[in-house]
Amino acid sequence: MDQLVEKFLSGDRRALARIISRVENQTPEGRAYVRDLFPHSGRAHTIGVTGGAGSGKSTLTGALAAEYRRRGHTVGIVAVDPSSPFTQGAILGDRIRMQDLTLDPGVYVRSMASRGALGGLAPSIDDVVSIMDAFGFDYVLIETVGAGQDEVEIAGTALTTILVNNPGTGDDIQAMKAGIIEIADILVVNKADHPGADVLVSQLQALLSLAPAGSRRPPILKTTAIRGEGIAELADAVAGHRAGLEHSGELEQQRAADARHQVLAIARAILLERIRRATPEEELDGLVRRVAARELDPHTAAEELAAAAGQ
Amino acid sequence: MTAPGAPKIRVLIAKPGLDGHDRGAKVVARALRDGGCEVIYTGIRQTPEMVAEAALQEDVDVVGLSILSGAHLELFPRVVEELKKRGVDDVLLFCGGIIPEEDTKQLEDLGFAAIFRPGTNTQDIVKFVYDHVKK
Ligand SMILES: Nc1nc2c(ncn2[C@@H]2O[C@H](COP(=O)(O)OP(=O)(O)OP(=O)(O)O)[C@@H](O)[C@H]2O)c(=O)[nH]1
Ligand SMILES: [Mg+2]
Repeated sequence: MDQLVEKFLSGDRRALARIISRVENQTPEGRAYVRDLFPHSGRAHTIGVTGGAGSGKSTLTGALAAEYRRRGHTVGIVAVDPSSPFTQGAILGDRIRMQDLTLDPGVYVRSMASRGALGGLAPSIDDVVSIMDAFGFDYVLIETVGAGQDEVEIAGTALTTILVNNPGTGDDIQAMKAGIIEIADILVVNKADHPGADVLVSQLQALLSLAPAGSRRPPILKTTAIRGEGIAELADAVAGHRAGLEHSGELEQQRAADARHQVLAIARAILLERIRRATPEEELDGLVRRVAARELDPHTAAEELAAAAGQ
Repeated sequence: MTAPGAPKIRVLIAKPGLDGHDRGAKVVARALRDGGCEVIYTGIRQTPEMVAEAALQEDVDVVGLSILSGAHLELFPRVVEELKKRGVDDVLLFCGGIIPEEDTKQLEDLGFAAIFRPGTNTQDIVKFVYDHVKK
C-alpha cells in the first residue's frame, strides 16, 4: 500500500493534508487516492453552511464545530473562498474566524479556492469531502463562498444544508422565494444581536407558509455566532434533520440522488476530455470558425466532435 | 502566472506575536493573490504553534511571517521548531517587517530564504516565491 495511505489510515493529519492537495489538483494520482479511500467514507454527517458574503458563515461554522467538540465529536472543516477569475489566485481568510480550533487535535480546517467552479464550491469538493469523511471525522462542515441566489450546489454535497441570513441587511425576502431558500434544511438568522432579527424570523416564517402543503418546512433559528448563542439549538436542529431523513427513509434516497449527480458530473467531464483528445486543436478551431461564420450550426458541429470521439 | 489547472502555489501568511495591525501582511497577501497564488491568511496574534499547525493543515508550499514588534528572534525560532516537530520540513520560508540588518545571518541560518523590509516592491516578493518554491 502507498505509504501516505497507510499513514492516513493510522490517523496522520499531515498525510490527510497531503492527500487533499493531490485530490484538489485533480491529478491521476489524486483520483487513485479517492479510489483507495472512498470505501472508508460514508460515516460522517456532512453539513453545508451557505449564505451571503459576510453573513457569519465562518464564525458560525467555527462555533458549531466547537459545540460538536463539547459533545465529544471530531470535526473536519472545508471552507471555500473565491478564486480570482483574472489571476486564478485567491485569498483564503475563513480560518481567521476559527482561530480557537487551530490547536484542537479533534478538528482539522482546510481552506479551498473555488478554482473557477460555479455554485459556491470548488471543482474537487465532493472528493475532498469524501477524503475527510474517510479520515474518520464525525462531522464534515463545508462553508461555501458567500452565495447569491442560485449557488445551490451545496445541497448535492452536504446531507444537511444551513442557510445563514442577517437582519437589517435589506435582503429582499421576496427574491429569496425563487432561489436558494428551497435548498435550505435549516434557516438561521445570525447576528441576532442586531436589531430586526425577530422581524426577519417572521418574514421567513411567512415566506415558508406559502410553500405547498406537505412540503417540508425548515426550522428557523436565531444565532449570535460571535457569542456562541443559539449554537447548541442549531446542533440539535441538525441532528433533528438527519433523524427525520432516517425516519422517513429519505436518507437513502438523498444519498442515491447525490451519488447520481456526482457520477454523472464525472462522466460528463471524462467524455468532454475524450472529445478534446480525439479532435486536434486546429480541427476544433476550424469547426468553431465555421459556426462563427454561420456556415455550420452549433448542433451539427458538436455532433461531429462527439462522433469523432466515439470512433 | 500559472496555467489554469496547474497546481497552485499555496502560501501561508501569518503574523506571530502581539502586533496589533496587519496592513503589511495584507499587502503581501494581496500581491501574491494577484500573482496567482492561493494565500491562506490567518490574521493577527498567532502563537508559533498556531502558525505551524495551520501550515500543516493547509499543506502550504510557502510560509511567510510578518512581524513589527521586534520579537522575531524570540518567535521565529519557535515557529521553525514547531514546523519541524510536525514534520513540515520542506516549505519555503520567508519573513518581512521591521528586522534589523544585524539579525539577517541568524534568520538565514534558521532557514529563512529571504527577508523583506519596509519599502520592498511586492513584485519582488512574488518573483521570489515563484523562483524558489519547491514544486
Ligand atoms: N454582531 C455580530 N457579528 C457577527 C456575528 N457573527 C459573525 N459576525 C461578524 O461578521 C463578520 C463576518 O463574519 P464571517 O464569519 O467572516 O462571515 P462569512 O459569511 O464567513 O464571510 P465570507 O466568508 O467573507 O463570506 C465578522 O466581523 C464577524 O465577527 C454575530 O452573531 N453578531
Ligand atoms: Mg467565511
